[in-house]
Amino acid sequence: MDSRKPLRRFRKRLLRAEPSFRILSKLWRVSWLYVLLICGLAGVGYVALYSAGGGSAKPFAGPQAMRFGFGLVLMVTVAMLPPKALVRVAVPLYVVSLALLIVVLRAGHVGKGAERWVMLAGTQVQPSEYAKVALALMLATWFSRVSYARMGNPLWLIPPAVMVLVPVGLVLKEPNLGTAVIIGGIGAAVFFAAGMRLWQIALLAVPVPMLAKIAYEHLHDYQKARITTFLHPESDPLGAGYNIIQSKIALGSGGMWGQGYLHGTQGQLNFLPEKQTDFIFTTIAEEWGYVGGAMVIVLLLVLILGGMMMAIRSRNRFGRLLALGISVNFFLYCLVNLSMVMGAIPVGGVPLPLVSYGGSAMLNVMLGFGLLMSVWVHRNSRFGEEPDEQS
Amino acid sequence: MLFRRKKERLKRLMPEKEQKDPGRGVFTRRALLLMAAQTAALGTLGRRLYDLQISNGDHFAKLADRNRTSKRLLAPPRGLIVDRFGVVVAANRTNWRALLLPEETTDVQNTIERFSAIVPLDERDRSRLGREIRHKRKFVPVMLREFLSWDEMARIELNAPALPGVLIDVGTTRSYPFGPLLAHSVGYVAPSNEQDVAKSALLALPGMRIGRAGIEQSQDTLLRGQAGSVEMEVNAVGRVMAELDRQEGTPGDEVALTIDVGLQQTIQNRIGDMAASAVVMDCRNGEVLAMCSTPSFDPSLFDSGVSRAQWAEWTNDQRTPLIDKTVAGVYPPGSTFKPAVAMAALSSGAITPTDRFFCPGHFDMGGARFHCWAKHGHGSVDLHLALKYSCDVYFYEVAHRIGMDPIAGTSHALGLGTELGIELPQQRPGLIPTPEWRQKHKHHWNGGDTVVSGIGQGFVQVTPLQLATYASRIATGRAVGPHLVRALNGDIGGQIDPQHWPELPMDPKYFQAIREGMFAVVNEPHGTAPKARLTIPGVEMAGKTGSAQVRRVSRAMRESGHFNSASLPWEYRPHALFICFAPYDAPRYAVSLVIEHGNAGADVAAPLARDIMTDTLLRDPVNHRTQPGQTVADAG
Repeated sequence: MDSRKPLRRFRKRLLRAEPSFRILSKLWRVSWLYVLLICGLAGVGYVALYSAGGGSAKPFAGPQAMRFGFGLVLMVTVAMLPPKALVRVAVPLYVVSLALLIVVLRAGHVGKGAERWVMLAGTQVQPSEYAKVALALMLATWFSRVSYARMGNPLWLIPPAVMVLVPVGLVLKEPNLGTAVIIGGIGAAVFFAAGMRLWQIALLAVPVPMLAKIAYEHLHDYQKARITTFLHPESDPLGAGYNIIQSKIALGSGGMWGQGYLHGTQGQLNFLPEKQTDFIFTTIAEEWGYVGGAMVIVLLLVLILGGMMMAIRSRNRFGRLLALGISVNFFLYCLVNLSMVMGAIPVGGVPLPLVSYGGSAMLNVMLGFGLLMSVWVHRNSRFGEEPDEQS
Repeated sequence: MLFRRKKERLKRLMPEKEQKDPGRGVFTRRALLLMAAQTAALGTLGRRLYDLQISNGDHFAKLADRNRTSKRLLAPPRGLIVDRFGVVVAANRTNWRALLLPEETTDVQNTIERFSAIVPLDERDRSRLGREIRHKRKFVPVMLREFLSWDEMARIELNAPALPGVLIDVGTTRSYPFGPLLAHSVGYVAPSNEQDVAKSALLALPGMRIGRAGIEQSQDTLLRGQAGSVEMEVNAVGRVMAELDRQEGTPGDEVALTIDVGLQQTIQNRIGDMAASAVVMDCRNGEVLAMCSTPSFDPSLFDSGVSRAQWAEWTNDQRTPLIDKTVAGVYPPGSTFKPAVAMAALSSGAITPTDRFFCPGHFDMGGARFHCWAKHGHGSVDLHLALKYSCDVYFYEVAHRIGMDPIAGTSHALGLGTELGIELPQQRPGLIPTPEWRQKHKHHWNGGDTVVSGIGQGFVQVTPLQLATYASRIATGRAVGPHLVRALNGDIGGQIDPQHWPELPMDPKYFQAIREGMFAVVNEPHGTAPKARLTIPGVEMAGKTGSAQVRRVSRAMRESGHFNSASLPWEYRPHALFICFAPYDAPRYAVSLVIEHGNAGADVAAPLARDIMTDTLLRDPVNHRTQPGQTVADAG
């Protein structure tokens, strides 16, 4: 502790001398260790995509590295924004995300039987990825005005519930079950952390299973098929069960130390479906074995828990809830994707953040990390004081 | 304790001022709860990953290897079938095929249309094509047309730029240069069906054929050869990425037949289009030199598929072209059976060659009357005369005395009514009836059945091959067995040595007595087959005629006085048979000839058999390489 004191003194003196050093000071406060871990994960992704491309930077690894570079800049830029600015853009960003979700339903491009893409400025954009970040920001903004005490009144919970359910419904309609679950999960986590009363949770325990049942009935046939074949994947080895079986085979053939980089037969011979996107983790685990796969999981866990710690350390309610929402988002990405490739839950189009090939997910995850870093950088800001704190 | 420590940690996380904020306290607690849940969730996934990769890793690794490699069989070339002098009778003809690789053309249907403008495709081709294109992967070629002529190939090559994805490929098909001549004995091949494939995966290969009849069927495993294999690494859609291992197969064995194609052709020409069968056998060693069954069919049609019209034509023909009459045609032997009855009687001691019987022209037994073919009888006949005249009454009498069982036993020993083990799957055993057999079929055997069996009528049924074997055995006294395979890959086994065949248990002097009787048939005055006498100086032939009724001659017909079997409709006329061997003093060849509904053996079959024997004998010095130190007389 003491060794850091001269540095702090130096920084304070610097700030006093010249206000334009403010940015520099903020950059200083960015958790570069965390950024390094993010780069590490993106590096894992680069290596895996290089392999998925058949031992070549084309067509996956190269473009992905460029996107990451862009994402890194975006992240640091967003990290500089103070909470005040973030709150100001929260509502427009959220509204835009809903608009994009509606656009994708109207004029989306069908990918794997679901409308998930929309062309924007010449590139394919997946609005559901962006909607998650926008929702996290929106909820944090809402709850920054709704203190813990106020939450005792359930009326305060109705607007945020609508904020969650609207994108959930739109994404379900695409239909993208995995992302809908993640959006719902983010909402639930933020509600929970913001201080939802236990009796309120207990009250919800009754209607939610009913809603789930209704939702199941509205699932598309191919999604229902996924749920059934997940239970008995061998019943349809060349149909819907194919992905799960081939993925399991790839994982199993990896063993403890893996088949060797660029030598995973399942991946290199294209038995793995969507090996560069949803199933990228399988490629890693096949070629690097359990050791490689476990290390990736540990890295993901460190990033998640690090984000949660940043949330806890924030001195303002907005920052806490924003960081938590972002971290939970990242966690749910990992959870759904990993469970999916290990055959623990039915398959849905959820990528492994920063590792899977894909621009929308990459940029939105980096946007999320930017928001997280902004919370960290401004963790001591006294923004959005709750009324009851003054009493 | 634990709780307190947790509190302390909370204090460290939060500056004192914020501890008053209940919202932040709740947040921290709940966030920590979430973190614990997150850790647990990812831990569970790590644990599951361990299960998949380590605990069940071996199982999945095996599945991955099975995914990765694909073993394909390489079709071996089918072995040739050649005649005894090496003339190829079943060959592999190169078959030029036009294939279409669907992935190399943008519009499959359009390419097919353009192709059919150059080389016409019929409806069958088109429907097969449509099916194959639907079911096969885009990089697996489908066959447009096979058996392309040079002309058609030239036209395809010329139009190659307009036919993307069309390529010409060479395969093989079975061809039979002699066509119908050897169709029955050599048999034919056809594409394998599902049952065959279930037995051997090799047969699933495109272009693999399976023997469906004759030597092609019985020697199929030898002719087929051993499949080679090539192990390849394939990707998920089955495209070959690399060849891992290749093992060339071994071609099928070359099977050399005992058949002499030249002789076969000569005999065929003599028979013409009668429904007849002729077997020429080397009576010393059982080699079958010629096996004619007429009319015949074109065996190569079975490979490409027999048209409905062709099939109808074959099956509706009264002369049964599809049946191999030499081994599957069963006929009552008629009088050719008499030497067997004589041998049975002599061996059982019931008669001696010199015992005489009186033939009044009929034989009465239990109120039934059995006629001799000579209306007024032959008078007093001994064995020699009975064979020479083919006296029916003598054999009625003899058969009546000894009963059916000794006749059946002797007949079987002489090769009649029993499977001879020739390499032809279509062979039938024929039948020498016995009271026991009749009993089995819930019928009573009566004395009359024995009597008619004595002249080779009634239930007695034999094949022409059996007759030839029977003649050989009478000629040599050895149990020679007929066979068609002479050598495999040029290696001749021990079968050609006469000593290979065991001597028959009958007394040689009885054989001599019967041979003398058969000699008299052809060579003595008043024998039944003077027309069968050979014209080759110094060479004589012994034989026996036979006319086998296919319909009972009613009393009314007989008593009408002017009964003439030649006036009957074709299918009711008796079969004409003749068996013979020559040279008489040192038997070398045996011939049996059956002309369906040929009427009288003496008039129709005997002269033809003589010609066949003459042909055979005349070919002998040119084509037969007698082994050193072995003379014709060895055969005894």
